[in-house]
Amino acid sequence: MTITSQEAAPNGAEAHIEVEDLSKVFGHDPQSIVPLLREGVSKDDILARTGHTVGLRDISLRVERGETFVVMGLSGSGKSTLVRCLNRLIEPTTGHVRLDGEDVLALGPRALRDMRRHKMGMVFQRFGLLPHRTVLANVTFGLRVQGVSLAERREKASAWIERVGLAGYEQALPRELSGGMQQRVGLARALCTDPEVLLMDEAFSALDPLIRREMQGELVRLQQELSKTIVFITHDLDEALRLGDRVAVLKDGFLVQVGTPVEIVTRPADDYVRAFVEDVDRSRVLRARDALKFATPHATERVEEARGRVDASAVGRVAAEATLGEALAAIADVGGPVAVVGKNDRVLGVLDGTTALRALTERPEVAKGDGRV
Amino acid sequence: MPPFLTQPFPEAWRIPLRGWTNDGVSWLVATYGDVFRGITDTVLLLLVRVERGLAALPWWLVVLLVAALVWHASGRRIWPAVSLSGLLVLVGTFGLWSEMMTTLAIMLIATLFTIIIGIPIGIAMARSDRLKTLLRPLLDGMQTMPSFVYLVPVVMFFGLGNVAAIIATFVYAVPPIIRLTDLGLRLVDAEVLEAAQAFGASERQTLTWVRLPLALPTIMAGVNQTIMMALAMVVLASMIGARGLGQEVLRGLQRGNVGLGLEAGLAIVFVAIVMDRITAGYSRRWDPTVKGR
Ligand SMILES: Nc1ncnc2c1ncn2[C@@H]1O[C@H](COP(=O)(O)OP(=O)(O)OP(=O)(O)O)[C@@H](O)[C@H]1O
Ligand SMILES: [Mg+2]
Repeated sequence: MTITSQEAAPNGAEAHIEVEDLSKVFGHDPQSIVPLLREGVSKDDILARTGHTVGLRDISLRVERGETFVVMGLSGSGKSTLVRCLNRLIEPTTGHVRLDGEDVLALGPRALRDMRRHKMGMVFQRFGLLPHRTVLANVTFGLRVQGVSLAERREKASAWIERVGLAGYEQALPRELSGGMQQRVGLARALCTDPEVLLMDEAFSALDPLIRREMQGELVRLQQELSKTIVFITHDLDEALRLGDRVAVLKDGFLVQVGTPVEIVTRPADDYVRAFVEDVDRSRVLRARDALKFATPHATERVEEARGRVDASAVGRVAAEATLGEALAAIADVGGPVAVVGKNDRVLGVLDGTTALRALTERPEVAKGDGRV
Repeated sequence: MPPFLTQPFPEAWRIPLRGWTNDGVSWLVATYGDVFRGITDTVLLLLVRVERGLAALPWWLVVLLVAALVWHASGRRIWPAVSLSGLLVLVGTFGLWSEMMTTLAIMLIATLFTIIIGIPIGIAMARSDRLKTLLRPLLDGMQTMPSFVYLVPVVMFFGLGNVAAIIATFVYAVPPIIRLTDLGLRLVDAEVLEAAQAFGASERQTLTWVRLPLALPTIMAGVNQTIMMALAMVVLASMIGARGLGQEVLRGLQRGNVGLGLEAGLAIVFVAIVMDRITAGYSRRWDPTVKGR
């Protein structure tokens, strides 16, 4: 089963995975805790009173086909629990999970295995490779489970091994490889069954910063070609902003915010999210087009004035998708406002230095109801 | 002080466990005599085959085979191979070669049984906490119960001789392999298991492709312990008619022949050392987390 690129277009807004009112309680009698969840008793109180741990509570979200959906949160916030509920490595206590509209929680053991075999691949924090098997054998694991013939397994696996940059290491054992290379094996293993969905639980968290960035780049590159639906777990904001089409933030099992990276950075839903985004390098996250929204009415006037000159190509120009940092560099270069141009050379607006600096230095307000942006 | 506190243990409280046991054993022997005889004959047949096979091998071939095995198990090192096979030659110089082969045959068969029966029990135990709770006291009992206690019923069921010795050795030596199979399977890295599950592996696939291979070093450590315990039983087994090195130790004891006893005793120690190095070597070699092979 393959996805055409059209279906995979992120703006299609077609729900691939739907999660509805999902809760997970760990303990000997989770169902007995459900009423307490409804009453809104806190995670700490539930633990103190009943000895049960709340993993997730009332999570509802949609992951669109072909998007990279990042789930972020502090340790213990429920990220791993959430991603494991999607393929039922952890059984939810209440709620619904739907994949392509099909109720995942209603699947019998065999149907569940089939779904795991064909529709979802998973990548693990500490790689989860078989230490006694070669790279090739590890990558073919999913196909072997499916009962695919040896020849076909070899062929597919070799292609993926090459694609993740491990050609020549087919016969190596995992322990002979560096962490980054081991995770490439993990990635190739997950991709080898050609699943529609990739679940990645802190897939790069065990790697050195440098290797980590390299792997992030690698994933972005692969994703441009593959357009999988990716659910990516991380506790690292930079990683979330770099990879995510949208980012969800979890806190104590609650979903506190879902939004694009820019929304998360500029309009944090509460103090918890704001603490996360406070020190972020906005010059790299915000785009030129986002910076336009920081213009004051006064600035707008001057900008209108400049617009005349734009049409006469008298000022510099910068692409709408350029980062704020690049836009600032352009402003410094021309010594005045620059035009922000979108598709077909359409001028979206004019960005002056003051506005750009405000976009850069603004301390995000916690969003209350309807706000700016 | 009330009078009953100074009384001896009340006679009326006696539980006639010994009577029940004796009756039970007699009943088993009478009712299932054919079954026991069948088991005895099968084991005996197997033993005779193995013993003949070993006896048919020229001594130098046995020495070479052991040297090759040690060499392989130790990661292709020459010195252990030479020194350990040298120990076997030494036993030959004591004039105890054929006795050693007999002991080896009994040992191999007892070990084979512990593996065939012990590993599946260990697997079942790793899957079920309830079974584990049930089996644990039984295994403890098997290991701590003085062996003399079950030598008698074993003889009643299987008659005097090598077969009874094999069965008694089995009872004494099987607990470690069960325990370590269970332990090894439970210690398998949770994330690797999760990965197998996430790719849709069935229970059977997970067991054969993931759990057992990863538990193999621990299981081999169990085999190693089992063999060591079986060797500890050699002399005792000779008391119920097993031949081989144990019989020579016993003979030395009965005749006051200290030299014979020492020679046979040393021979047992040498066999133990050789077996230990081979099994421990494989336990290490098959450990995927240990670097270098
Ligand atoms: N098997 C379990 N039994 C009991 N409690 C659990 C279990 N798994 C997770 N929890 C609890 O559920 C909560 C959420 O855990 P989870 O592992 O999903 O957090 P996380 O966000 O992935 O954290 P980390 O960043 O440390 O991986 C935690 O309080 C944790 O202690
Ligand atoms: Mg986690």
